[in-house]
Amino acid sequence: MTDTKGTGPVLEAEGVHLSFGSTPALRGADLTVERGEILAVMGPSGSGKSTLLHCLAGILVPDAGEIRFDGRRIDGLGESERSALRRDRFGFVFQFGQLVPELTAEENVALPLLLGGMRRAAAVQRARSWFGRLGLDGLEQRRSGELSGGQAQRVALARGLVAEPEILFTDEPTGALDSLTGEQVMALLVSAAREQGTTVLLVTHDARVAAYADREVVVRDGRVNSYSSPRVGS
Amino acid sequence: MSVPLTLLGLLEREPSHGYDLKRDYDTLFGRGKPLPFGQVYATLGRLARDGKVVVGEAEPGDGPDRKRYVITDAGATEFETWLGEPVAAEPHLQTVLFTKVVLALMLGRDAERYLDTQRAAHLARMRELTEVKRTGSLVDALLADHGLFHLESDLRWIDLTAARLDALRTEVTTR
Repeated sequence: MTDTKGTGPVLEAEGVHLSFGSTPALRGADLTVERGEILAVMGPSGSGKSTLLHCLAGILVPDAGEIRFDGRRIDGLGESERSALRRDRFGFVFQFGQLVPELTAEENVALPLLLGGMRRAAAVQRARSWFGRLGLDGLEQRRSGELSGGQAQRVALARGLVAEPEILFTDEPTGALDSLTGEQVMALLVSAAREQGTTVLLVTHDARVAAYADREVVVRDGRVNSYSSPRVGS
Repeated sequence: MSVPLTLLGLLEREPSHGYDLKRDYDTLFGRGKPLPFGQVYATLGRLARDGKVVVGEAEPGDGPDRKRYVITDAGATEFETWLGEPVAAEPHLQTVLFTKVVLALMLGRDAERYLDTQRAAHLARMRELTEVKRTGSLVDALLADHGLFHLESDLRWIDLTAARLDALRTEVTTR
């Protein structure tokens, strides 16, 4: 999957508008995400940061503007093409309800590989390799109801990264966790993403989570504000 | 907090007498710790010596001080530079942040941009401390956490202030 990587920004939004009914969520959002960077998207509740993530990931289609992945426009693609993109090139970690309760932890992790057409034995074998990396040894056969919040989120993280996506989209990944567990999940997320060169788009309102990123942008009133490193005085 | 720069900020608004400067300073920034008259005049004297303000002729009237102080171009430039710079992202600097925001609002400057710049400076420092946590010992992490929690507290204040800027502007400019 990584052989299709090009040069230049991996993801771009230009003049993106999207309204829900008569309520505008994005009003000309511009964003450039460099390959391999970990970018925090911050902003107050209702600012449009999650909507922007959904547009960039091909989950929502903007009313106007362009979304480019690897230099190619994806906002005009049909649902099946966007679905394939999400399955084959992107990974996702959200705050709640991500694991399929009927499946074991290792089946949950293997799910993106199985959906991508990998044979079951190979998919499960690759899924198992993530349990040691994320401190989940011995939990492979547990179902989501038998995992703590931190364990479940690490399983979700393994599932988001197992197919070696080019971009990991993550929305408040530690929002449901206590401080220490959240920090452990973030440290693992950053280490794993850096190891495999995955670009990470991290939506969060939490400055301590955003501090794990390489840089941050702030979404306000549906637009993206980006700041260069400021000169510090006294 | 920098008294000379704060007085320059008050003079940027309009030329003032020492007494008026003290009154405005105490009202806006004193918070129970009024500025002694001696410090006001000593500071104004140093600012005049350094070419940051000029002192007008003594005006007739009651009281010891009837001189009007006027900010110079050099003083205005120094104030503008200070106002536009983020404060070094260290804990316990809320007073300086507070002063800058009030002065920016009073003078019709872009307080939101200042808060944005400060937010970026705080996050840059938080990134450094987070990296210390990721790569250092547990003792390093403990120290880094102390700084991170204080910086996070400042950031919450910055976000809340940003959300209240319109109301604050009204309150500060109608005093």
